[in-house]
Amino acid sequence: MTTIALPTRRQEDWRYSDVDALAAIWPTPAPTRIDVAADETARHHLLQNAADGAVAVYDYAITIADGARCDFHVLNIGGKFGRVTINVTLGRGSHFELNGAIIGGGEQTLEIVTAVTHAAPDATSGQTIRSILGNHATGSYLGSINVARGAQRTDAFQSVKAMLLDRTATANVKPELEIYADDVKCAHGATVGELDKQALFYMASRGMDPATAKTLLLKAFVAGVFDDMADEAVKAALEAAAIAKLEVLV
Amino acid sequence: MLTIENLSNEIDGKVILKGLSLSINGGEVHAIMGPNGAGKSTLAYTLGGRPGYEVTGGSATFLGKDLFEMEPHERAAAGLFLGFQYPVEIPGVSNLQFLRESLNSQRRARGEKELNGGEFIKLAKEKAALLGLDMEMLKRPVNVGFSGGEKKRAEMVQMGILDPKLAILDETDSGLDIDALKTVGAGINAIMRRPDKAVLLITHYQRLLDYVKPDFVHVLAGGRIVKSGGPELALELEREGYADMVGAEVVAA
Repeated sequence: MTTIALPTRRQEDWRYSDVDALAAIWPTPAPTRIDVAADETARHHLLQNAADGAVAVYDYAITIADGARCDFHVLNIGGKFGRVTINVTLGRGSHFELNGAIIGGGEQTLEIVTAVTHAAPDATSGQTIRSILGNHATGSYLGSINVARGAQRTDAFQSVKAMLLDRTATANVKPELEIYADDVKCAHGATVGELDKQALFYMASRGMDPATAKTLLLKAFVAGVFDDMADEAVKAALEAAAIAKLEVLV
Repeated sequence: MLTIENLSNEIDGKVILKGLSLSINGGEVHAIMGPNGAGKSTLAYTLGGRPGYEVTGGSATFLGKDLFEMEPHERAAAGLFLGFQYPVEIPGVSNLQFLRESLNSQRRARGEKELNGGEFIKLAKEKAALLGLDMEMLKRPVNVGFSGGEKKRAEMVQMGILDPKLAILDETDSGLDIDALKTVGAGINAIMRRPDKAVLLITHYQRLLDYVKPDFVHVLAGGRIVKSGGPELALELEREGYADMVGAEVVAA
């Protein structure tokens, strides 16, 4: 086995990572492969809820064959450094949908890094990420979309919203588009904000204590991420983990 | 119930209220009228504890407690309700969720038992019916996509559910058509016209006072109450305008 050098922050997709923490588990195992056969639908999810101080890296390599669909839900909340990377190659007329949430506090560094390649025509992809960061946490989303030559009528979007609970928290959002076809729709939107002070006063004026009010607003902020999960039990588990994490943060 | 003495305040260093005094007892409805910029909304927000509304002098005692020692949510739990001129939209949080959390927060603070889902829905249905608000509206996010009139009705449903001791209603009549005005007026009477409750209505116009009859009317100008009287004062103001009555004060402000 050849030893691969520990990445540095000079490498684009490790730019915001905690590479010192990474050293503890380097080298990480080969990516988990998911191959979705033609016209099939696959659903996957990941709850990254490693123990405090732990380092967790999850890499996925996904191929989605012609006419197939893959739905992926991620909740990235645990450990000192939690990184999820998803590498997707889309066949003709296929679809990839990622819904992810990052919730971090303390000194956590949490990230989701995606590379979606539209290799053939008529494929669609959607990525929706919501981040909530408090204290000194850093939450990052790096998403590249590559549209191959001839991958006409590609339709891809990225929607990223981050909420900072403290001035000391950091959100990084980096969309990257590389397009080699001419009939393509690629949309990306990113916002970084704080809790709505007017809403907080309105809630207080109705008697809600500050922690309840903040938790309710934050729940609403991430609520959409798990809405479309087919497996109710998994959905409930992810929502419960998200809420438990939020309650620690506020 | 509420005694305000010589209250002064500042917003961003600008002095708005300049020694305002007012006393409200249980069973009374008071109306505060006054020209734009007189400090009417500032009074409401200051009593509600909105951040940035700094009290620089005077006091307010609510049911025997120092109002300004309490956080906004503690004031609500003590029985204060603030009706907003512009109710805030909260996407993603349903009215029912919002109100149940609010009510149960208040009940926890008072050491009372929280309402369970069934008990709460029953209460919400009853109060929505009183104000003619469709229960479906309460399942929607707080004030999102509501018309001006719907927002004010929803505010009154909130008041019905939270059942405060004192309601300070800041231009609850603005944005209402005549039918909505009647319904809201009737709602205020049904919920708040009791010997152990009181209302402070803040309004520009006489028209709400046709439906909610005040016991006392005050004119606020230049950060002070410049005149007080009975319901006839509102009619006089409507007839003659503020300028004659408070002209000198407004100029001085």
